[in-house]
Amino acid sequence: MALLDVSGLTTHFHTRNGVVRAVDGVSFTVDRGETLGIVGESGSGKSVTCYSLLRLIPEPPGRIEGGTAMFDGQDLLQMTPAQLRSVRGKRISMIFQDPMTSLNPYLRISTQLVEALQSHGDIDDRTALNKAIAALEEVGIPEASRRVRSYPHEFSGGMRQRVMIAMALITDPDLLIADEPTTALDVTVQAQILEIIRQRQEKLGTAVILVTHDLGVVAGTCDKVNVMYAGRIMESGTTEQVFYEARHPYTRALQKTIPSLQKKGQKLFTIPGLPPDLARPISGCAFYPRCPYPKLTGPDADTPLLRDLGNGHCHADCHSCDSSAPIESVLPQELETDDLVPAGSDAV
Amino acid sequence: MADLASKLPLTPAPLVPEQLEQGSSLWSDAWARLRKNKLALGSLFVFILICLFCVVGPWLSPYDSQTQNLFSGAAPPSAQHWFGTDTLGRDLMVRVMEGGRISLLVGLVATSVSLLIGVIYGATAGYVGGKVDAAMMRFVDLLYALPFTIFVILLMVAFGRSLWLMFIAIGCVEWLTMARIVRAGVIDLKKQEFVEAAISLGLSNRRIILRHLIPNVLGPVIVIATLTVPAVMLLEAFLSFLGLGVQPPDASWGVLINEGQQNMEIFAWLLIFPAFFFALTLFCLNFLGDGLRDALDPKSAGD
Repeated sequence: MALLDVSGLTTHFHTRNGVVRAVDGVSFTVDRGETLGIVGESGSGKSVTCYSLLRLIPEPPGRIEGGTAMFDGQDLLQMTPAQLRSVRGKRISMIFQDPMTSLNPYLRISTQLVEALQSHGDIDDRTALNKAIAALEEVGIPEASRRVRSYPHEFSGGMRQRVMIAMALITDPDLLIADEPTTALDVTVQAQILEIIRQRQEKLGTAVILVTHDLGVVAGTCDKVNVMYAGRIMESGTTEQVFYEARHPYTRALQKTIPSLQKKGQKLFTIPGLPPDLARPISGCAFYPRCPYPKLTGPDADTPLLRDLGNGHCHADCHSCDSSAPIESVLPQELETDDLVPAGSDAV
Repeated sequence: MADLASKLPLTPAPLVPEQLEQGSSLWSDAWARLRKNKLALGSLFVFILICLFCVVGPWLSPYDSQTQNLFSGAAPPSAQHWFGTDTLGRDLMVRVMEGGRISLLVGLVATSVSLLIGVIYGATAGYVGGKVDAAMMRFVDLLYALPFTIFVILLMVAFGRSLWLMFIAIGCVEWLTMARIVRAGVIDLKKQEFVEAAISLGLSNRRIILRHLIPNVLGPVIVIATLTVPAVMLLEAFLSFLGLGVQPPDASWGVLINEGQQNMEIFAWLLIFPAFFFALTLFCLNFLGDGLRDALDPKSAGD
């Protein structure tokens, strides 16, 4: 049985402008020791999916409308606040995007690490402090026994993210949710952070959900990938399947946005158009209006179901476009870039 | 080669613990910054002197604040009576000292009461949010709308007149502003990721409010607190003037100023001395509050 089995997760935000369907029936599984990448443009529901799992969605305006998230046999979405507290930080930990604001500026690093430990078990101060120092050493903070007494402002961004990871991993959780953990960091630090996560995973068999919009990070670290668009999963499968045998037009278009080192002087490819307004109901494939493939029919009436290709590779089964050809063949050779809004630019 | 290598110092010199920089506490940082602020530090010094003057002074003085001597009534300042005497011949210096005790006590106790209620109430409302927040803040609005004097008169009628009741009555009124400010600060903080991180660590709401939110709003709270102290002292003077506060023969600065103001055209010193101490205290607290706010600002902690 999978460690985490999410099925039909639906999270809506009830705003003044209507109901925003941020996550619209998302299903996936994560096994022990596995890394699942969730990729997509900004606003595609990646983060909201993760926040929903730990029930960190601000309510109101947010509300988890339906679905189940079975974690080790228990539904996270049905837990009482007390049950939830015992899971949060102990069995499922989370790393946030911005290391600069994720630590309390008024408390010492030691206090925050010890607090994380002591809130989930009867550990005396000395043992907890020693564990905190060991955790900092493990994420590569030099002179941990001295620096554990520091305040967050005495650390750089990369160091703070290491502290965050140490804090998230100090309780040996079964699942680590990393919400764009390296977005705010530079590339060398990014590689180090990902390496720390990978080592821990190897050692303890921690499952990881890695949210990112960096396809390079996904290719380097993830076993499985979910491609999300407009709150739905467009394609999922192993990293190889999604990268080399992409079926869905959106996945293919997303791959085209990766800048190439070989071709100099070309304009960067962007997916034409804008993501749909999630406050309006979407009929059929959410990508239909932007899909570059020749349209066979109008949009479907229903949301396309995920079609399982049999080996774990699934994609939204849309019949309105003829997506049999490779994407290069359907793209206009000379893009009229002036007419295009670079909506997909941050998916690079 | 091996011979040469053994002669070279291969290991770096061991670090001496004393040389290592200590992670400086935010409070010690704040103290260091406050010490650089001459105005705030001077104010703190003067304020401590005033407190000493009021608390220790009466024991050192040969006079008693309540013994009347009608033969030496309303004498101007002299070698015997440094601040002069009032119309009943009581030594004004002792009366200023003892009045200061009461005024300072009212200021500190009532402010503490308002701090305690306001911070916890405001932080809870702001953190929980939603309908609970709306209900709690409408209750605050309701109390705002209640005329203060009537509230105090009702309390006095119900429980009898006592100094402590007055402290509580003033504290109960002053916490409203505190609650609003703390609530606003907490709502602002709640969106920051460290609060989300604390929730995702599985901490309880109580712990998040007490450990993570309240310390972060202390900056504005301290400023408001130092501004509340003078406001509370003025309220006490007002209540005493109405006959609801401190009663003769006891005195507070408010009472003394009121007495002095009635006689100020003839016996100016009766107004000047208590008013001087009252004003000096208010100045000190305001400067100190300002300095504390700057010193405690976490944004200046990074450099």
